[in-house]
Amino acid sequence: MTLDGLAAFFSHVDIAEVLLASGDTLMMLIVSLALTVLLGLPLGVWLWVTGPAGLNPNRLIYSVVGLAVNVLRSIPFVILFILLIPVTLALAGTSLGVRGAIPPLVVGATPFFARLVENALREVDHTVIEATRALGASTRQIVVSTMLPEARPSLIAAVTVTAIALVSYTAMAGVVGAGGLGDLAVRYGYQRFQTDVMLVTVALIVVLVQALQVLGDRLVARFYRRTTPN
Amino acid sequence: MNNHDVVIKISHAAKDFRVRGQCHAVLDGVDLEIRRGEVFGIVGASGAGKSTLIRLINRLETPSRGTVAVGGDDLSRLSPGDLSQKRHKIGMIFQQFGLLSSKTARQNVLYALELARTGTPESRRATVDALLERVGLTPHAGKYPAQLSGGQKQRVGIARALANDPEILLCDEATSALDPESTAEILALLAELNRTLGLTIVLVTHEMEVVRRACDRVAILDHGRLVEVGDVAEVLFTPRSAAAQALGRVLMPHSPTDARPRLRLTYFGALANSSVLGAATQGLGASLSILAGQIATLKSGPYADLIVVVDGKDRDAALDRLKTRGVQVAEEVP
Repeated sequence: MTLDGLAAFFSHVDIAEVLLASGDTLMMLIVSLALTVLLGLPLGVWLWVTGPAGLNPNRLIYSVVGLAVNVLRSIPFVILFILLIPVTLALAGTSLGVRGAIPPLVVGATPFFARLVENALREVDHTVIEATRALGASTRQIVVSTMLPEARPSLIAAVTVTAIALVSYTAMAGVVGAGGLGDLAVRYGYQRFQTDVMLVTVALIVVLVQALQVLGDRLVARFYRRTTPN
Repeated sequence: MNNHDVVIKISHAAKDFRVRGQCHAVLDGVDLEIRRGEVFGIVGASGAGKSTLIRLINRLETPSRGTVAVGGDDLSRLSPGDLSQKRHKIGMIFQQFGLLSSKTARQNVLYALELARTGTPESRRATVDALLERVGLTPHAGKYPAQLSGGQKQRVGIARALANDPEILLCDEATSALDPESTAEILALLAELNRTLGLTIVLVTHEMEVVRRACDRVAILDHGRLVEVGDVAEVLFTPRSAAAQALGRVLMPHSPTDARPRLRLTYFGALANSSVLGAATQGLGASLSILAGQIATLKSGPYADLIVVVDGKDRDAALDRLKTRGVQVAEEVP
């Protein structure tokens, strides 16, 4: 294919619109990821603390919170998005655009992230917890100064996985009015059969996911280096 | 005021675990007094309840029944804050070390001081330096646990356990994951700490060998019950319980089977390095031959443990001489 042919193939791609949509996707990702970590980390810690191997096992709290987490996790995201519209209206004032996407994205990703946090904490060597208790640490001190630093590589990996899940959620949110790259793909690529726009949006999403994975892996490796023999 | 010496007092302690509705007794009616400044061993086969027992002392485990008092304070009556304070004064080291992998050796020791919120940042640094020096780890202060050998990791564990100037050190199978050389080094370090700091050490192990080298007194735990408590020499050489006999057998000299009646001679202290055996048969019509044996040391000093055969017309006179000089003579049943 010649250069002119290539330009003709991509004739529907409006650079300004693609940039705008990418910006929207990034904005949705960053804000919802920040809120997800902010809410999901304490929720995950709570699950671990009250869980069977936790510091203060409490079967009732653990089952109730665990059930809520599982219910939210089992609803497909597109349906959760629609289901949450009244809540979204109350929280964000709109159910459309970037603002309207944030509440359902956070509600969808938080339980997922919380379970990953719980698993990361479970993997911490039991003797380390016992040793910290023997040093007279309070539950809060054990969580904040022992568990979170010890689980740091797994927690970073959990943030990476959640970020990538959120990218795919934002694309789905685009289908139901949130804007961003997913919206572009549906409006032009699907409804107007503009394959070039579809290809560009898919390529950008792939690049975004790759970038997140590489960044996450680098951070994990940086903290793991300390914990493996040189 | 004999009670004054008792620093840990465990009374009628029992611990049950519920597995699938069934009740299993891990500890059953344990009474134990540990004196200030002694190295006290708790020995038993695996599953005997030793780890649970030692964890009662800093309340990592709560007894189902009975009481545990440390320094005169009943642990069950302490508030969470007071229990934290108490735990600062009870150091503990573990088989798997329990070091934070995300912190260096120095940071692991510092962490103990930060948790206790003692001193200023400067004084803490000085304390950590002194502790690392004491356990011989100064050159490795900046290394992460993954970069240290087992023996070095246990030294970090000891430095951390000593950080808040404890009166008691609990050792849960502290040498079981180490090679013989590191084991000897760690036991020597514990002995030194006991001697120089007057530290009371409670040491849980499944190896009688560790007890022989390190302990003043020992308790034998068998299926959750304390079956024997006494001085190491007494429990080692004149065991009363089957469990103590079984555990002590590994240390007994093994001799080839022989039809002649064999005797086991044990003697301690200066006698172990003397010519007591030679003197026993001197000028008598008796001969003494050693079939097997060892001369080694207990914490309290050297001892000899020998399997011998004594023949000749003056056999009884020779044995009398041995007994009057303080040698324990026992018929050895093969």
